[in-house]
Amino acid sequence: MRDHRFSELRLDRIGRNFGELAALHELSLTIRGGEFIALLGPSGCGKSTALNCLAGLLPLTTGTIWLDDKRIDGLPPEQRGFGMVFQNYALFPHMTVRENIAFGLKMRKTPRADIRSRADEVMRLVRLEDQAEKLPSQLSGGQQQRVAIARAIVYEPPLVLMDEPLSNLDAQLRQAMRIEIKHLHQALGLTTIYVTHDQEEALSMADRLVLLREGVVQQVGTPDEVYSQPANRYVAGFMGYRNMLSFDVASVSTGHAVLEEEGVRLQGRTFTPLTAKRAVAAIRPEDIVVEGPPPNRIDVTAEVVEYHGREMLVEARMTGGEALYFRTEKRLAVGDKTTVSVPQERVLIYPADAPAAPQEVAV
Amino acid sequence: MTAASPSAASRLTAGSGTPSLRHRLADRGIDRVLLLLVPGILFLLLLFVYPFLYGLQLSFSPQIDGGQALMNGYQGPLANYLYFFGDSYQRDTIWTTLVIGLPAALVNVLVSVPIAYRMRGRFRFKRTLTTLLVVPIALGTVLTADGLIEYLGPAGWLNKALVDFHVINEPLTLVHNYWGVFFSLVITGFPFAFLLVLSYLSGIDPNLERAASVMGAGWWERFRRVTLPLLVPGLAITFCMSFVLAFSVFPSANLVGDPSGTTRVISIAAYHAAFEQFDYSLGSATSMIMGAVMLAIIALVLGWRNTMFRGPAGGKG
Amino acid sequence: MAAAANVPADMAPAAPRRRFRPSGIAGWVVWGLVAFFFLNLFALIATVVLDSIATTWFGSWLPDDFTNHWYGDAWAEFNLSDILVVTAQVAVIVVVLSVLIGVPAAYALARRNFPGKSIITVLFLLPILIPPITYGIPLATVLYKVQLAGSITGVILANLVPTVPFVVLIMIPFIEQIDPKIESAARMCGASTVTIFLRILGPLMIPGMLAAAILVLVRTVGMFELTFLTSGPTSQTIVVVLYDAVFGAGIRAPQEVDAMAVVYTASMLVLLIIALRFVNPTQLVTRVGDR
Repeated sequence: MRDHRFSELRLDRIGRNFGELAALHELSLTIRGGEFIALLGPSGCGKSTALNCLAGLLPLTTGTIWLDDKRIDGLPPEQRGFGMVFQNYALFPHMTVRENIAFGLKMRKTPRADIRSRADEVMRLVRLEDQAEKLPSQLSGGQQQRVAIARAIVYEPPLVLMDEPLSNLDAQLRQAMRIEIKHLHQALGLTTIYVTHDQEEALSMADRLVLLREGVVQQVGTPDEVYSQPANRYVAGFMGYRNMLSFDVASVSTGHAVLEEEGVRLQGRTFTPLTAKRAVAAIRPEDIVVEGPPPNRIDVTAEVVEYHGREMLVEARMTGGEALYFRTEKRLAVGDKTTVSVPQERVLIYPADAPAAPQEVAV
Repeated sequence: MTAASPSAASRLTAGSGTPSLRHRLADRGIDRVLLLLVPGILFLLLLFVYPFLYGLQLSFSPQIDGGQALMNGYQGPLANYLYFFGDSYQRDTIWTTLVIGLPAALVNVLVSVPIAYRMRGRFRFKRTLTTLLVVPIALGTVLTADGLIEYLGPAGWLNKALVDFHVINEPLTLVHNYWGVFFSLVITGFPFAFLLVLSYLSGIDPNLERAASVMGAGWWERFRRVTLPLLVPGLAITFCMSFVLAFSVFPSANLVGDPSGTTRVISIAAYHAAFEQFDYSLGSATSMIMGAVMLAIIALVLGWRNTMFRGPAGGKG
Repeated sequence: MAAAANVPADMAPAAPRRRFRPSGIAGWVVWGLVAFFFLNLFALIATVVLDSIATTWFGSWLPDDFTNHWYGDAWAEFNLSDILVVTAQVAVIVVVLSVLIGVPAAYALARRNFPGKSIITVLFLLPILIPPITYGIPLATVLYKVQLAGSITGVILANLVPTVPFVVLIMIPFIEQIDPKIESAARMCGASTVTIFLRILGPLMIPGMLAAAILVLVRTVGMFELTFLTSGPTSQTIVVVLYDAVFGAGIRAPQEVDAMAVVYTASMLVLLIIALRFVNPTQLVTRVGDR
């Protein structure tokens, strides 16, 4: 293990406006050396803006960035010394694999012999020894990806920024590269900030996740925290809580609430105080049990049944007319009436009109 | 992101404090990179815009010393223009130029369409063919004129062939008149029009015609109802550019034409005034008139084009 | 264009390149028109070439006899070596200057959106769209006023007016297709702005600059109007001398004029062959049509 070259990278209320639009609003985050951070959110949520601001490719509108005691937000990208992997790799098309990888070392006026040995070492690390003299256009997508990673880590940057690096690869390769990136991160003791819109990718790779929506942080937490205790209904929706059922609030106690609508009663957990009359219950399709035990029993009629191998994905209609999605191994047919239920600790209840403004993070 | 989302308002001017001027300018795309434009713009201002404005101003101040307008009794800032339109020898150059330029441009475009349509696909020798077509453009009007004088002359191959095969009895007069200029415009103008039409045709997604043929359209209907409407905007541009080339005909009007009579085009009149009579003022005025007539025709054609469909005709990308 | 070029016209996607074979009346008419055009074009050039090596030729199919002395005569009489030197000087300097001025401007236009960009784009388009004879007369008048007309400098300045915009127009799409992320990547690797231009953008732009340069070369050597309007006795390029010789026909033997025409044609064809190694024939015509 190498040392992390810094102990703390501190983002202090950094923001970036494009004209009148705040693409990123006052993001504050402290990253420890060696951490793997994922910035997660749909396109346009500000995660790439945040990354580019960190890299120095975009100037900040507000806020400051500190690397330990050194303020770096005024430095141009070439003087920050970070490594970056771009979504479409951005390899220099006129340079061979070796030249691409050696470029950063050359810029640092590394002695020629060192350049060679370090480039060789990194190429071995990403298994590109045999491709050293090829041009990027002669490589496959996965190989290009590895060149991009090698180019970003060869000069041992304090921080590696990755902008959706796997989004151009097919599903199988993506799986393999995930493991490879995670492995490199650990083996080299890198500090990594990883931007993605794929929640599965973020959950499986990161030490901590930062969820963004329309430029505003929604939640910061470990994969487990974000997955099991989404801070608001937006995060819940993004984390796979596909059913968002709108109900009247019947009763509220600490950390617990009962909802009622059209004869259906739902009990569940709350993280935020319910003040309004209406609330939303977030439920994952896989948490619903067909003909399960009470409480939280709902009568439904199956409307669409999709075959997904061992399981079926069912779109059913509740008596009130709202759609309910669930997964089941039971063989249901269109038009079948059945009763489903959800364990009450798996029902998350949020205020109906949750604002997108920063929440008190529930961790 | 949807503008209607409840949080959209909170995103507007959310930053605390106003960003620096430099930052705001950079947001609008104004930064040091634009300095790269400075030499180019200075250059154009100095050698293109300034001469044009200078010429415009000059055309409104008739030359005192040897000025044609004053000598012919025209006064005031408009004297050059009054003289030009008052004197039939000058005025008729507009008509002469149109009579040569419009048919030549029209022929070049109209002949290009069926040929380009037949050749729009891919076939062997296509590159050779397009390469050969570039030759007359690259050789230019001067060489074409020189060749035409001999080839179309009374003792040239064409007349000799026609007489020997008893198509005609007397050699045709094909040079030093209207036809000489017309042929020279076709030889240099047709390849130009053809290559443009071909590139427009290649920009139309071939799947559209396939779709039409699946729906039962024959080749004529496919061309008439699918390809042609999509091609028309491109044809309008091609016509404009061919016309501009033909309208500014100068060397061939002098060499293979009849520069003091039937092919005294407006560019000859402008050159004659400026560099043979040394009346720069009248020369500039004539240039301005030439530009104005050209613009008027282009405006007409493009105005008509704007009434047509102008969306993208390509397939992917 | 690229998408369409991959598909043969005969609705059989898998078919290899097909031979162009006339079929049907329409096909024969089209084929005939093309053949007729090339026949005449070929005859026109052949006439000039044959005449330049003919002792005398009038009224017969072929010249009476052949000789090569017209070339020596023309070379001496027209001072062809001087003229070719002037032509080469003008062309090379125009190429270098228009690339130096045009490429940076194209970079700015390709990479930035700023208020007034459309006006500047139009400004760069106008000298290409407006025929030279139209703006050439006021331009020559100004050059006469500042006493640059007649000199090689004047000819170069006048020729730059269409070529700088031409370089800009060719380079803009070329630069646009270079991913700006590549510049960012170089920056992240620690490269300064100068290094990026020298080591990343420079090598990537070379094919485009080469194409632009060769096209400017062809255009400048063939440019008649602007050179004609601004040149003096010591600054004429070969195409202007050729024009004067044809215009003043009768003073000299026509074969001598044709010998010079062949020299001009040959040098143009050499340039053209070089040019076509780097660019598509349509590019020689214009890039405007593609937009």
